[in-house]
Amino acid sequence: MRAFSYERPTALAEAVELLSRYGEDARLLAGGTDLIIRLRDRTLEPATVVDIKAIPELAPSITEADGFVRITAGTTMTDVHDSPVIQRWFPALAEAARYVGSVQIRNRATLAGNQCNASPAADTAPPLLVYGARLEIAGPSGRRKLDLDDFFVRSGVTRLERGELVTAITLPLPMAKVGSAFQRRTRRRGHDLASVTLAVAVAESGETRLAYGSLGPRPLLFTGQAGDVESWFAAAAPSPTSMRAGPDYRIAMLRALTARALAQARERLAAT
Amino acid sequence: MTRISLTLNGQARTVSIEPHHTLLEVLRDDLGLTGAKECCLVGECGACTVRLNDRIVDSCLVLAAEADGGEVLSVEGLAQGGRLTRLQSAFLEKGAVQCGFCIPGQLMAGDDLLRREPHPSHAEIEEGLAGNYCRCGCYYQIFEAVEAAAEGQAIVRRVAVTQGPDLPPHVVDQ
Repeated sequence: MRAFSYERPTALAEAVELLSRYGEDARLLAGGTDLIIRLRDRTLEPATVVDIKAIPELAPSITEADGFVRITAGTTMTDVHDSPVIQRWFPALAEAARYVGSVQIRNRATLAGNQCNASPAADTAPPLLVYGARLEIAGPSGRRKLDLDDFFVRSGVTRLERGELVTAITLPLPMAKVGSAFQRRTRRRGHDLASVTLAVAVAESGETRLAYGSLGPRPLLFTGQAGDVESWFAAAAPSPTSMRAGPDYRIAMLRALTARALAQARERLAAT
Repeated sequence: MTRISLTLNGQARTVSIEPHHTLLEVLRDDLGLTGAKECCLVGECGACTVRLNDRIVDSCLVLAAEADGGEVLSVEGLAQGGRLTRLQSAFLEKGAVQCGFCIPGQLMAGDDLLRREPHPSHAEIEEGLAGNYCRCGCYYQIFEAVEAAAEGQAIVRRVAVTQGPDLPPHVVDQ
């Protein structure tokens, strides 16, 4: 890897200042499970790496207050799937976090980093989309909030501006009974990237939400009624050249896994 | 160069590092601990697994600078007082070690699993070791060793760490 300077700010303002000053020449380091690979293969050659793990405000924390669950930027996948709050209210997210990488990866990789990396195959993006996640963002012009659905642009590209970083993810607690589920397809069990990854949520009213990833340049969210689901598959645009799975197979699996997830979500709804 | 301080296998250490060097590189090249292996370098094989601040990590994906002020346990720190751990003895007893390259990582992952879950099911062992590959294909024996080392199992004979050519003593599977 090319030499860089390593910064470990202890205040959020300091991190924003560094990211603003260096722009594209700075890279933010949280879990590092994507960044360090790209530093080593020299896809990225930043002048400085800004480690955000010493900023108290971003330290791992999952808290429930005022109708929301708030997950800070330093929170790892292990923290997410071990959290009783997440397991209780957002089971599809707990399940997705449990399937990311391996124990070693989940102990480092952060939930916020999984979004900022903006991989179309990010397993935690579909459940977060289905649950209506919003991002808290800090930057040189202050703080703002953004729906996760408005955050993704395409693979590796988000709406983060120069000097900005995600400080937390918030999820509204469900106002009515809801059942949800996560499903993914990989080439092998265990540690692998998803060929299809998706989450669904169904409410008693019949309102249905589906989000899927690995089927185009970014994860997609759809909301409507149970009868609309079939029409949502048309937006899938899987890569024709990916080595993980062919497009026909992915679409077939999208249908099968959606059916499976809906059945599981309805069972859970009935059991609540 | 910058200096970091860490607790390594129970001992306080201070070492000069380059900010772009990984924890794996510093352990192997600067601190002389070659148990953790460099292999895939993308966090898939687990050969470089060490425990950092109570959680196992792929040390090829952690900058040494991130370990500043932290506590690191490598495979060299598992055996205590000249005695192998139950898990290490079980690896010998079950013939889980063939070429040995992946074993430090397998041991760190197995040890972590047993710390979290003293009585793991087969599925939990699969999940706990999913981040550790074995190119010799000794998975069956590795799983057996983890099962044997689980709390309450009496089938593991603790093997002493000895010096010299008789290390490790040959143990016949029962």
